[in-house]
Amino acid sequence: MSTVIKGGLVIDQTGERNGDVVVEDGRVVAVGPDLSGDEVLDASGCVVAPGFVDIHAHLRQPGAEEAETIETGSWAAVRGGYSAVVAMPNTNPPIDCAAVVQEVLALGRLAPCDVYTSGAITVGRKGEQLAPMAEMAALGVRLFTDDGRGVQEAGLMRRAMEYAAGLGVVLAQHCEVDSLAAGGHMHEGEWSSRLGIPGVPAEAEELMVMRDIALSRFTGAPIHFQHLSTRGSIAMVRAAREAGLEVTAEAATHHFTLTDEACASYDPVFKVNPPLRPADDRDAVREGLADGAVDAIATDHAPHSPDTKEMPFDQAPPGMLGLETALALALTELNLPLAEVVGLLTWQPAAIAGLKGVHGAPIAPDGPANLCVFDPNETWTVDPDALASRSRNTPYAGRQVRGRVRHTIVGGRPVLVDQEMRP
Amino acid sequence: MKHLLSINDLGAEGIDEVCRLADHFTEVSQRPIPKVPALRGKTVAMLFYEDSTRTRLSFEVAARRLSADVMGFSVSASSVNKGESVRDTVATVSAMGPDAIVVRHRSAGVPQQTAAWTDASVINAGDGWHEHPTQALLDCYTIRDRLGSVAGRRIVIVGDIKHSRVARSCVMAFTVLGAKVTLVAPPTLLPPEVGSWPVDISFSLDAVLSDCDVVYGLRVQKERQSEALLPSLREYTAQWGLTAARAARLHPDALVMHPGPVNRGVEIAPEVLDQPNATLNEQVRHGVAVRMAVLYLLLAADPDLRPEGAGT
Repeated sequence: MSTVIKGGLVIDQTGERNGDVVVEDGRVVAVGPDLSGDEVLDASGCVVAPGFVDIHAHLRQPGAEEAETIETGSWAAVRGGYSAVVAMPNTNPPIDCAAVVQEVLALGRLAPCDVYTSGAITVGRKGEQLAPMAEMAALGVRLFTDDGRGVQEAGLMRRAMEYAAGLGVVLAQHCEVDSLAAGGHMHEGEWSSRLGIPGVPAEAEELMVMRDIALSRFTGAPIHFQHLSTRGSIAMVRAAREAGLEVTAEAATHHFTLTDEACASYDPVFKVNPPLRPADDRDAVREGLADGAVDAIATDHAPHSPDTKEMPFDQAPPGMLGLETALALALTELNLPLAEVVGLLTWQPAAIAGLKGVHGAPIAPDGPANLCVFDPNETWTVDPDALASRSRNTPYAGRQVRGRVRHTIVGGRPVLVDQEMRP
Repeated sequence: MKHLLSINDLGAEGIDEVCRLADHFTEVSQRPIPKVPALRGKTVAMLFYEDSTRTRLSFEVAARRLSADVMGFSVSASSVNKGESVRDTVATVSAMGPDAIVVRHRSAGVPQQTAAWTDASVINAGDGWHEHPTQALLDCYTIRDRLGSVAGRRIVIVGDIKHSRVARSCVMAFTVLGAKVTLVAPPTLLPPEVGSWPVDISFSLDAVLSDCDVVYGLRVQKERQSEALLPSLREYTAQWGLTAARAARLHPDALVMHPGPVNRGVEIAPEVLDQPNATLNEQVRHGVAVRMAVLYLLLAADPDLRPEGAGT
């Protein structure tokens, strides 16, 4: 059975053109005017793009299924236009060995989008001993991170980078120096001072970015920086890339949307790690996305059940939902051409995660049929109760945004049609 | 006004009104039977998640002198020890229908969260490093009582400003009333970006001592040594303690204040605490009248029944 996507503006890495897209048996079979197929998906006024790729999603399984499962998180992804997500390894047990990787991948095969997983750099994400990266790489893991924690020891990080380079995989760092960040719950600055909430200084992130750039230069190994949140971090990454180092970076949607002032409500829905920063840092993230210093938009989708999140601010776990609002926030908050936003959501993150060719690929005959159709102009209001995620901790409740995903096609199968999930 | 979460909820006019009401309740407290029926039939719940002697007792006495019923809540004897969340505990207490909940918690913001979870009025009795508004009110009342007004006074606050909810509330209250506030501490005990606060900063107590109307000492905790914020309490006292020698350089009318509990000999020398210009016991005494004023302001149904001269 074939599906035709009619009347959209096709945007991919090769450019933009008007045309219908026909998919069949998991592949794109034709792109051009006046095409037909068994099922017709209307795309008038919409963009037809490669399916989005989130290289930073917490799917919470195994261990915290009350917050999210691979199934519910994948539906949230599909609703957000994603055809691929990379799960973070801070589960319980952590994804730090072949057995857990296999469990996650097995559950992922039942999910409506392609689920990849990262693996931990160190055993138990404890920063003490290298995790068996080769056995995880053999199962297809391409991104390794202790996300939620940075690797504190410079010597250990050096060896991890050298070892990973030999396997052809990439290390992704959650940059935070524990001794500076310890005890902090929001950005250290004017607002934390006023609110009496212990702070995390920007330097806790920047010192590790600085160190890992030096280690990348030293070892020749690539490094990917997760959810960069400060002007200083982004400036260092920009300079490192100009110097020819293999350094990539992502920014989370909330870091180009929100500022630390939001914490004045003491609502832990605004607690996230790295924390929301002042407006100047938020602007630096936007500049980094605009000038290419930052490669990718990531969601850092971090579901928490109301029971665990509705706590005193300093006791609540950090993290906020992101998969179902990322496109809309990018279109609403970033003043960028459509093609650049699509690149930040598709082929650029796909390249970092080693998914090129399968996700973020050009929309052309014989290409993979992983596609997203979105209306860049539809405005809508974020309603936590309408989310597919199992959790409700979106910081955007009641916010009016622009840009809405209409259809998502994964492996040729329409899994989201006119915003309705199709199990 | 429904809640008292921050000094900002009151502003200068609100603080003045609390002080005028407190004048009246000071008079009530001196009567042979120091009790009025103003809040008869009202219930005040005490939700203290953190140890407290003076604040809790003071609120209880204040509520009883207004004829309100008091619901005590002792964390150690409660279901909090069974893992109940703050939100559930607030819901449970609220279900019993209190008119006000007085909250103390070690986490900043809990009173503000509580206000969203209950229909009762919420009074912040201290939240983390954030605020302790009734302490600042009783301090304003004490300064006003001793010196006539807060406006125009030069007030030095010395000690662990960074971790102090009293400092945050006092800075707001003193400055909104027109005082000139100078914070004195080593840089490690000042809050981040303190330059954005409406105060002067000095790292030396000696430099500001002879030129002030009030020295307000804050508690310095032993833990600050292990956090590398101070080399030792001994060094703290030598540099920033109100020793007898330093107290002798104060203007004779200058007040020595402290919110308590005092580390005798650390922040303030024992002999200085016994001087007539040290107001620690007065602060505690005024605390009752001021908290009566706050409870009255939030809970008295009919403003016409307010005492003469108590304002609107």
